[in-house]
Amino acid sequence: MTGLMGLDRRVIGRWALTAAAALTMLYILLPLVSVIWLSFYRQEIPSFPPEGYSVHWYGVIAGNQRFVDGLLLSVQLGVSATAIGLAVGVPAALCLSRFRFPGREALNNVLLLPLMVPGVVLGTALYVFHVEAEIATGGNLPIIGSTLGLLSGHVLVVIPWIVRLVLASLAGFDRTLEEAAMNLGADRWTTFRRITMPGILPGVVAGAMFGFVASFGNLEMSLFLVGPGRTTLPIAILQYLEWKIDPSIAAVSVVQIVLIGAAMLITDRFVKISRVV
Amino acid sequence: MARLQLNQLSKRYGDFFAARDVTLDVADGEFLVLLGPSGCGKTTTLRMIAGFIEPTSGMVRLGDNDVTRLPAWKRNTGLVFQSYALFPHLTVNQNVAFGLEMRKTPKAEADQRVAEALELVRLGHLGDRLPRQLSGGQQQRVALARALVFRPDVLLLDEPLSNLDAKLRQEVRVEIRRLQQALSLTTVMVTHDQEEALTMADRLVVMSEGRVRQVGTQRDLYERPADRFVAGFVGRSSFLEGTLETPERFRTRGGLAVACRGTTTGPAGMALRPERVMVTPEPVAGADNDFPGEVEFVSYLGGLIDLHIRLSPADVVIAQIPNREEGFMPKAGDKVHVGWTVASASVFPGAGEDPDPTDLPPA
Ligand SMILES: Nc1ncnc2c1ncn2[C@@H]1O[C@H](COP(=O)(O)OP(=O)(O)OP(=O)(O)O)[C@@H](O)[C@H]1O
Ligand SMILES: [Mg+2]
Repeated sequence: MTGLMGLDRRVIGRWALTAAAALTMLYILLPLVSVIWLSFYRQEIPSFPPEGYSVHWYGVIAGNQRFVDGLLLSVQLGVSATAIGLAVGVPAALCLSRFRFPGREALNNVLLLPLMVPGVVLGTALYVFHVEAEIATGGNLPIIGSTLGLLSGHVLVVIPWIVRLVLASLAGFDRTLEEAAMNLGADRWTTFRRITMPGILPGVVAGAMFGFVASFGNLEMSLFLVGPGRTTLPIAILQYLEWKIDPSIAAVSVVQIVLIGAAMLITDRFVKISRVV
Repeated sequence: MARLQLNQLSKRYGDFFAARDVTLDVADGEFLVLLGPSGCGKTTTLRMIAGFIEPTSGMVRLGDNDVTRLPAWKRNTGLVFQSYALFPHLTVNQNVAFGLEMRKTPKAEADQRVAEALELVRLGHLGDRLPRQLSGGQQQRVALARALVFRPDVLLLDEPLSNLDAKLRQEVRVEIRRLQQALSLTTVMVTHDQEEALTMADRLVVMSEGRVRQVGTQRDLYERPADRFVAGFVGRSSFLEGTLETPERFRTRGGLAVACRGTTTGPAGMALRPERVMVTPEPVAGADNDFPGEVEFVSYLGGLIDLHIRLSPADVVIAQIPNREEGFMPKAGDKVHVGWTVASASVFPGAGEDPDPTDLPPA
């Protein structure tokens, strides 16, 4: 009797789990699928059912200079911000995990802050700071609306991701490996390069990827930092939407999704992201 | 290989000494084992030799060089970690080659030496595997090969066998000793397993609370323990407490007069090896010491039998006798005679209900 009930419970449990997983997948995938679908509509006004299909809208966005420039700027920003973020974030994570010093907790929190502060607040703060800096230097530091100002903002967005994920993989790293290397004659730098770095590489790669995605998709903060004529892709999309809704927006989104998806797949080939995050 | 000398080596954390005035002289090619209870400073001492812990005071000499202030990577020591610490992203060959690579050994020579080292630990066929594809015993041997291949001045082993099962431990023990002798490696091994220590070492160092209690061969430690701690830690002893009335006569708390070889007078303890205590049905004529007693407790150990024998209300000794079919076999409650020679008892000055190592002078 109890055995039968136990069996029933197991079967029900498995069904419930499958159903929950399917619902979650649906919830995540439905918008993605709809956007992709929409991008292939032939008509201009997105109405259901579609009148027919075409790749026409991809041609339209390729001819739209604002989208093309926006994409280029966003990629450049994302790559540079990630590179700088790595140069700052990896050593910072190492210090945080290896050394006990006064203010360590504070530094740890400060490095996380850009993740928790709303983008609008971050953007406003940076904008005000830029204005103040320009006034203080008597206009010798033309930072308002400059690419440098925008880049520094994006670095802030990237750093928390890198620090978090590198810290996570450092926590799982066996430090006796470093001692073993030193015992075999490797100095500190060689030990880091040959032993520590390969050990924490999954975290570094994952951190870089998430950082890049965060920078690439950032809208709110960037709105405060872009200069005239220089817009990132998310801003270009927003501006387009202000006066027009047609499937070209969906096509741009698909381009974004494909880019980010490709980045994920490529990184996953080198390190199993699911092992780190 | 080289001679290793530690001179008054200490490590202090706050006001706690993890190691205190450790002085050792390990001859070229000697196998020295550090033995002691958990937390006595064995690992600390070993890591000071390897250069991972900076000594608070004292000196480490390797061969003719003072290496006390040298960083780990500039000392030529080969350390085998308890957890093996093989590099997970490198193959067995690459792991073993690492030390040679750091020493800029030419590739061809390095390849050959790696192959030789792996052959030496009988793993020549597994060079292309990753560490996680090896069993615990195999990983252990890779770690050994990796530590040996660059011909270190001294081989350091921190409980190298503690992660292996009992049978494998036996095998690897023999393996390590064989290699050590064949290559005549100056070796310092840490263990808290007595049997391991006794079967492998040329000489043993007994440590307790950061201090060296005694250094000597198995026989030295067993026959002539330097203090109560060593008498109780190496092998087994049962203790009689009392007073030395003269250097040759020890009066137990229960009032027995025991002939012995002391050096002083005053409060003292006497340690007896259970297997040196003779048990007979009748008094033994001409024995150094002979006392009547009653068997209180019999503990059956298979080939051997432990007898707890009460000699007086305050004195109990443990005797160990072989388990034979014929012959004298006392039961609990039996009246027996117990005897031992003057030479087989050790007498330590100082009072003590139980041996308290803290108030003893360093060995
Ligand atoms: N960094 C440290 N700070 C403070 N105390 C320490 C530190 N490292 C070790 N100790 C203390 O020093 C003592 C000796 O430690 P050690 O690791 O040398 O012991 P051990 O003899 O190797 O013991 P075990 O057999 O358990 O490995 C211990 O009491 C330990 O708690
Ligand atoms: Mg230890």
